Amino acid sequence: MQPYTTSQALITILIIAGITFFTRAVPFFLFGKKEIPPAIVIYLGKVLPPAVIALLVVYCLKNVSVFEYPYGLPQLISIIVVVILHVWKRNNLVSIFGGTVLYMILVQYVF
Amino acid sequence: MNKKMFQAAISATIPVLLGYLTIGIAFGVMLESIGYNYLWAGLMSLTIYAGSMQYVTVEILSKGMRILDVILITLFINCRHMVYGLSMLDKFKGMGKRKGYMIFSLTDETYALLNSTTVPLGANPKTFYFLIALLNQAYWVAGSLIGSVAGSLIKFNTTGIDFAMTALFVVICTEQWISYPTRIPAIMGAFCALLALIVFGKQNMILPAMLILILLFFIAKNPIENKLNKKANMEVED
Repeated sequence: MQPYTTSQALITILIIAGITFFTRAVPFFLFGKKEIPPAIVIYLGKVLPPAVIALLVVYCLKNVSVFEYPYGLPQLISIIVVVILHVWKRNNLVSIFGGTVLYMILVQYVF
Repeated sequence: MNKKMFQAAISATIPVLLGYLTIGIAFGVMLESIGYNYLWAGLMSLTIYAGSMQYVTVEILSKGMRILDVILITLFINCRHMVYGLSMLDKFKGMGKRKGYMIFSLTDETYALLNSTTVPLGANPKTFYFLIALLNQAYWVAGSLIGSVAGSLIKFNTTGIDFAMTALFVVICTEQWISYPTRIPAIMGAFCALLALIVFGKQNMILPAMLILILLFFIAKNPIENKLNKKANMEVED
């Protein structure tokens, strides 16, 4: 059962598309005419991206229950493997693909 | 536009071709697995055209989310684009009608290519940039269509494929952990998310997490900026 009707899903997608375009266009209509962006904007622009990504990692794991079987072990093992693969090869594809396949094997056959 | 320029653009975008096909295919399979077919995949890749955001959109479509949360999470995930735009103000000047598309299609990968690729000798830079942007989106649309069609034809057990989103963010996080001048923002992001998850629960965590995060960034502005500047100065001295 999907939570959205077809038109709700359509509207949701278009809202996301509109806001995504907005975030890409903001600098051009704010600072297109040689105006220098305020310091606070530059500061937030620098520090927000790494913070939001870390926030999203936690958000992705919000359904993990550490107190009952399998205690988040499939996620933990797969994340460790993703990090090791990435530090070793520095190749996004290898890390994402390797980690996802491992996770699928773990949740389908092991745990 | 001539054949030589087209070939140059193709060879410049090959790394993105490989990346977008793989991540696009995973996106298509994920979307198909929650009951949205290739038409939806195509629509999203044509109109949203942002990798991380489309992965999150799969999550939104499968679980349902209040519209205010949808708006906020989109703003926050994409706020990095504002930084990209700032460094493209000059590059996109005088692109006329194509400027709108250049802004729309400014993904992480296109941004990276526009910054690093040299324009072939004798080619019009504006046309070359436009071609790169267009090819990249073509790869992305192709990947998501292939993924969703494959997902509907080959009935394999897709349980766990949604981990691709977690893996994607873990990869970006690892990359930033290694290369970003200070780790404080990443630690603050994770801390705020955990705090909001514990206090407000998984249904309501996004908005409070992001508000606390902004608040902390205002409070810690001076120490963080010091760290950023210190690192920048050290690199200059090296």
